[in-house]
Amino acid sequence: MHVAYPVVLAAMLFSVGVYGVLARRNAILVLMSVELMLNGANLNLVTFDIWRSDVMHSGQVMALFVIVIAAAEVGVGLAIVLLVFRNRSTIAVDSLRELRERTDRDGTAPEDAMDPP
Amino acid sequence: MTTLAALVILAPFAAAWIGMLGGRRVPLGPGGVAVIGTAASTVMALVVLAGVAGDASHVRESSIQLTPTGSIPITVGVRVDGLSASVALMVTVVALAVQVYSIGYLRGDARYSSYAAFVSLFTAAMLLVVFSGDLIVLYVGWEIMGVCSYFLIGHHWEDPGATAAAIKAFLMTRVGDVGFLFGIFVLGSAANSFRVSDVLAAVPRMSSGELLAGTLLLALGVVAKSAQFPLHSWLPDAMAAPTPISALIHAATMVAAGVYVVALLHPVFLAASFTLDLLAVLAAISTLGSALAAFAADDIKRVLAYSTISQLGLMFVGLAVDADRVPSVALLLSHAAYKALLFLCAGALIHAVGSNLMADMGGMRHAMPVTFVTMTIGFAALVGVPPTSGFVAKDAIVGAAWDAVRHRGAAPVGLGPSLVGLVCALLTVAVTAAYSTRAWLLTFFGPVRNDAVSHDAPPVMSIPLIVLAVPTLLLGLAAVGAHQLRPELLPATVSLALIALGVGVAYRLWRGVPVRDPAIVLGRSRNAVRTAFYTDDLYERTVAVMTRRLAAGVSVVDDNVLGRAVSRTGRGARQLGGILRLSENGNVQAYLTGVLLGAVVIAVCAAMLS
Repeated sequence: MHVAYPVVLAAMLFSVGVYGVLARRNAILVLMSVELMLNGANLNLVTFDIWRSDVMHSGQVMALFVIVIAAAEVGVGLAIVLLVFRNRSTIAVDSLRELRERTDRDGTAPEDAMDPP
Repeated sequence: MTTLAALVILAPFAAAWIGMLGGRRVPLGPGGVAVIGTAASTVMALVVLAGVAGDASHVRESSIQLTPTGSIPITVGVRVDGLSASVALMVTVVALAVQVYSIGYLRGDARYSSYAAFVSLFTAAMLLVVFSGDLIVLYVGWEIMGVCSYFLIGHHWEDPGATAAAIKAFLMTRVGDVGFLFGIFVLGSAANSFRVSDVLAAVPRMSSGELLAGTLLLALGVVAKSAQFPLHSWLPDAMAAPTPISALIHAATMVAAGVYVVALLHPVFLAASFTLDLLAVLAAISTLGSALAAFAADDIKRVLAYSTISQLGLMFVGLAVDADRVPSVALLLSHAAYKALLFLCAGALIHAVGSNLMADMGGMRHAMPVTFVTMTIGFAALVGVPPTSGFVAKDAIVGAAWDAVRHRGAAPVGLGPSLVGLVCALLTVAVTAAYSTRAWLLTFFGPVRNDAVSHDAPPVMSIPLIVLAVPTLLLGLAAVGAHQLRPELLPATVSLALIALGVGVAYRLWRGVPVRDPAIVLGRSRNAVRTAFYTDDLYERTVAVMTRRLAAGVSVVDDNVLGRAVSRTGRGARQLGGILRLSENGNVQAYLTGVLLGAVVIAVCAAMLS
């Protein structure tokens, strides 16, 4: 099989993942999109491992590592989503803006007022 | 020999460290540590001098090789010859006398432990100046002395006068130190080495410009350190220090360092005749002017302080008019003995009377016989009465000036400066006799003005007096062997006649019922003379006013230009940052879009550029 097929497939998976991360509002769908990106990368790793006929199979080993880490990441991520939902009754990513920079109308931050003149 | 000389420096240095770290808790007490360190140093200095005595002009040198830095190398080393060995012995003996005396003088003083440690450090710094084989290392000792004098003059820092005197001494000598450091740089770069021996050897190769610049800059430092006109006024003010410190500063360390450096680098100065002319004239002005000021002063310590300036002036005149440094070094050594003696005697008087003013003393010869006899010996040496050490040394300088005027061309300086030097030296001999007689009469004779004094100084204070009186008397006899110091008939006769004149005039003015202060002869001009001809007022009105104005201007610039620039920069940065803040809207997906765009841009750039 030509190397282009799996590579193009991986690129498409990654692109779908990027789109999901950037555009979906639902946090669980964002997590799933992250999984898509990771698996796109995994596909690349395995593909090139075969293509280069690496005796050490380092690409496959790396892919296994990524799978394990992805599982852990999803566990932590889902736990966070669960807690956010319990606290705020929403998991829409773009409504979680507690950490935004608060500015006055003239563009200066409020802590300026505390500085000596 | 050189190892022993290094130990001479290190012994008081170690004592200073132990004293500083241990404070009052060290075994034997702070005084014991300081005395042991200085005494060890004295013994070793004696051995060093005995070792080099056979061949005084031979230079023994050793140094540690430091890692080369690419520029002119700085060596840490010791250089021993007859000059440095004898000066080192003088320093250690005076320092030892001062340390022993201080145990009695500062009994019960709350800060005695740090005082004793600083005196040890001061001694070590002076010994470093004396024995250093490298001009940069010499400068290190020179600066340590500056800072020690600051701390010791300001020992009684509760008194605002003492603090002001300490700052004044520090600042005035600092003015000269800048010149001194750059003088070392000029000479060092001209000789391509900072070692004293190399610099002296390179004198014939140096251009006249290098010699002139180097010696003039060095002379600035020397004039400030040795308190010569026009940078003399810190020394009389330094009388705010405890009296043993005055003895140390005036006799062994600090002011002696200036004369020592000129004597050490005498061949360099001899090659720069303009510097010698200038030095001779400045020294002549200092020696006569401060002798007159000593005649008018009311405070016994100020009398001695002005007399120090005057004697140091004589030494510089001697170094300028004579191609041989022996007479001036002889005066340096004998001056150290008798000036330390005089200050310690004055300290005993002040300790007993509780006042510095001679008006509060009088008739003290009955109550304090030991002080009377030793101080009389000191005054006799200061005046230059024949068998004492002062006579031999001073006469050699007057004789050298006499020769310089007579055989013009043979002397290193021109006729004008040597004539000024001779006239001022002769007048100073007369005035010195007058002011010494005045101080002697006012303190020890006349009616008893203080009945409370009924006892002499305690033994711990009087023994150093007796010990110092011996060299004051006998150093002159030891010097008879040196042909440079043999008195010449005519100058010796003239100066003896002038001494007799000075003593006679002072006695005549004093005698009468009731006894009078001989200074009344000055009449209305007394105040002018007492303040050394208003030099301090002059500085107050010119230098101090200009400095204050400059400081005010600098503070305005600091507030309005620098401060405003800093605060405006801060505000501007914050406002610029405000624009960037607009993007921080809390939407994580917007941030991630930015990250992705950045990654794409970097990837495209990398692809295009590779």
